[in-house]
Amino acid sequence: MADPMRVRAQVKGTGAEVRVLMAHEMETGQRRDAAGKLIPAWHITEVTAQHNGKPVLTAHWGPAVSKNPFMFFALKSAKAGDKVVVSWKDNRGDSRTDEAVVA
Amino acid sequence: MNLQRRVALQHGASVAGLMLSLGLLPGVAHAQAAGFNRAAFDAKTLAEVLKALGAGAPTESKDITLQAPDIAENGAVVPLGASTSLAGVKRMLFLVEKNPSALAAAFDLNEGIDANVSTRVKMGQTSNVYAVAFTADNRVLFAQKEVKVTLGGCGG
Amino acid sequence: MRRLIVGAMALACVQLVHAQPTTAEGIARYREMLADGNPADLFEAKGEGLWKQKRGPKVASLEQCDLGKGRGVVKGAFVELPRWFADTQRVQDLESRLLTCMETLQGLDPTVIAATPFGRGEQANMEALAAYVSAASRGQKMSLPQGHTKEREMFELGKRVFFFRGGPYDFSCASCHGEAGKRIRLQDLPELTKNPGDGIGFAAWPAYRVSSGEMWSMQRRLNDCYRQQRFPFPGFASDATIALGVYMGVNAKGAESIAPAIKR
Repeated sequence: MADPMRVRAQVKGTGAEVRVLMAHEMETGQRRDAAGKLIPAWHITEVTAQHNGKPVLTAHWGPAVSKNPFMFFALKSAKAGDKVVVSWKDNRGDSRTDEAVVA
Repeated sequence: MNLQRRVALQHGASVAGLMLSLGLLPGVAHAQAAGFNRAAFDAKTLAEVLKALGAGAPTESKDITLQAPDIAENGAVVPLGASTSLAGVKRMLFLVEKNPSALAAAFDLNEGIDANVSTRVKMGQTSNVYAVAFTADNRVLFAQKEVKVTLGGCGG
Repeated sequence: MRRLIVGAMALACVQLVHAQPTTAEGIARYREMLADGNPADLFEAKGEGLWKQKRGPKVASLEQCDLGKGRGVVKGAFVELPRWFADTQRVQDLESRLLTCMETLQGLDPTVIAATPFGRGEQANMEALAAYVSAASRGQKMSLPQGHTKEREMFELGKRVFFFRGGPYDFSCASCHGEAGKRIRLQDLPELTKNPGDGIGFAAWPAYRVSSGEMWSMQRRLNDCYRQQRFPFPGFASDATIALGVYMGVNAKGAESIAPAIKR
């Protein structure tokens, strides 16, 4: 499995703010290496998030998302102790899932 | 995706065809993937992106807030945020007009999540940036802003 | 003379930007937005794992490493480095001390590590470890010790290295960092002969550089400075680079460390 994400979820008002950092090259497929060859595209294509087991978000990404991507979203109604699970898949079939407890 | 939307999409036959054939993402269950067309990532303009996604004509709206810096020190990482207090927003997009492919990221939202997402994108050059929201009643609203991109100095 | 050199260097960087208050504000806002989620976090997490993982021929972790405040004490160590170590009879900076621990505790070869290019293999691990160790002192103030003769000697050596001009452009560290108010393109150049302020200069590295998406330790930062001056690099964790750390760190006494920071 790929390198771990950092998922942080904090209560805010009646909901919660979730910040995610993912470790990924996010190679666009447009860069060339020292020999002049195109470096193939390698990037996260889909990100999903669940709150207490319920899907809340599905993101579809292209290569334009920055390397070591950051993502922020806000849960409408959440409390401390709730579980947030984030997963990603990339175009090489690699994936990663991490979770956090709302603080 | 709900039945209403599927019916609306089927009105545009070619778009529907694209949706069905390209709606599948590798290794992802059909049910999850339905409704997003990855061909949208090949589109070069806002209009083309929306067409690939089977959406109608966009309207600029003050109800959509796009958070973006006026100037980015480095185009490799430009923070973008999109939010709206409108209810029932199902999808939000970030587009960078002058990038090789205009669509940078799309977020499909369920109830349970606010219409408030942020991420960071690569920008090849100074360009208009768009935050687009698809509302429950199939309107397409957007906000735009020009973000200047410059290269920082030699050092820190 | 110095002004001419900096001018030449600004031209060498190709683009001149006319700074207006609004541009500076714009850049400040950009940096603020980036601070919300610093990918250095990922390296911190990786570094913590490496600190605790049993590795190397001796299959041991780094948890017994003495970074200056006692075996295994990570919190507060970063803001007191470089400092004198009795066991090696040397003044050492963070990377040099990590090399010592990787050698003595884990049996890894420091010469091989020092020769590895930045960002690869053990050097990538080194950067993650630097992120982890510096994070444990975040918010604390720089307070390098100068009680030992060798520590004071290294300060003096560092000062001389800082002002030493050479290379094809006749640059020294001072060419860019010897005066207040200098800038290259959009980068304000901190004056490092004195305390440039909280979270600036010495108190801002290691840092995650968004332009390359890499974690840069102070050793890597110095390496790049020398590259820009068209000097050969004095060598990973060499006395010259450690001395520079002592000079800058002592000058920055009282400055709050924000490491690991995020930079363009």
